[in-house]
Amino acid sequence: MSDSSLENLPKGWKSVPSDLGSDQTAFKGVQWGKAMMWIFLLSDTFIFSCFLISYMKGRASTVVDWPNTSHVFSLDFMGVPVPLLLIAIMTFVLITSSGTMALAVKYGYEKNRKMCGHLILATAIGGLIFVGMQAFEWSKLIHEGVRPWSNPFGAGQFGSYFFMITGFHGTHVSIGVIFLFIFARKVYRGDFDKGRRGFFTTMKSDYVSIEILGLYWHFVDLVWVFIFAFFYLW
Amino acid sequence: MNENTEIDKNKDKPATTHKIGIYLWIWGLLFVLSFFSYMVDWYQFQGILRWSLILFFMFLKAGLIMAFFMHLFWERYTLVNVLLWPMTAIACFVGLMVAEAKYTFFSRLIYFVLGG
Repeated sequence: MSDSSLENLPKGWKSVPSDLGSDQTAFKGVQWGKAMMWIFLLSDTFIFSCFLISYMKGRASTVVDWPNTSHVFSLDFMGVPVPLLLIAIMTFVLITSSGTMALAVKYGYEKNRKMCGHLILATAIGGLIFVGMQAFEWSKLIHEGVRPWSNPFGAGQFGSYFFMITGFHGTHVSIGVIFLFIFARKVYRGDFDKGRRGFFTTMKSDYVSIEILGLYWHFVDLVWVFIFAFFYLW
Repeated sequence: MNENTEIDKNKDKPATTHKIGIYLWIWGLLFVLSFFSYMVDWYQFQGILRWSLILFFMFLKAGLIMAFFMHLFWERYTLVNVLLWPMTAIACFVGLMVAEAKYTFFSRLIYFVLGG
């Protein structure tokens, strides 16, 4: 968000050495909580990268054929198997919830309490639907005999990577959903308008928290983009 | 100190936000791109075409989410640089593991399939 106090500072590439070499704060105009969230997301990026890279290594080095994900994740619709149907719906649900979150951040900064609350609630429900569909997908695969050590479709490593990567992502979504519900309640109650002090902190609430929550939620969507591409489509 | 008090003064007025149109556009684009990447599987493209299309749509979607939904497009360059340069380490790691995977694959072929 642009602050009027930033207008006098250098812009573009010149801002990098001047911001980093300045006193007190390197990330000008970025609230400390937001900077911390970005740094957390950076570390989370490394964790997810390690999972996806180990999946790449496992898949590229096995001499047994990799299961055909198009078939493994197909779903019967009116008696016809549609490849990756559930995964496609999950992708669209997650993008929808990312869109509502982006709008919630916008309305939050405009101090439109009701719209912000409704949109955060919509985001939480989208996340809940996503986790529900993932639980369905897991139980379907477990019924079909997919285990972390073996499966009926091909290379044995498939199961362990599948459960590890989607499980870790699903955990992120679940944690996000819990926080979205907590923040929806806080927004409806007017915490951010009145600057009410939080449960764990003596600091006053501010709508920038919605943007921080939004960063986390968009990151969950971002990771899904990579999982969708590498695990399901590749 | 000066800087902080100035920011505090601005707290009471609503911060400048971006027009709703930009979010709706990005939202729509993400839907279209996801649809296209699903079509890659639907039409069963294979080989280089499949992989390049998957990567193309993936990076485009990731870029749009980061730039506009996560506001990186409007952030100052210091934050953007701190976030994006570490990605080169991941790219290096991918390169290393590709080489490692090839080595493992060929040793498995020699010892498991050909029997030493």
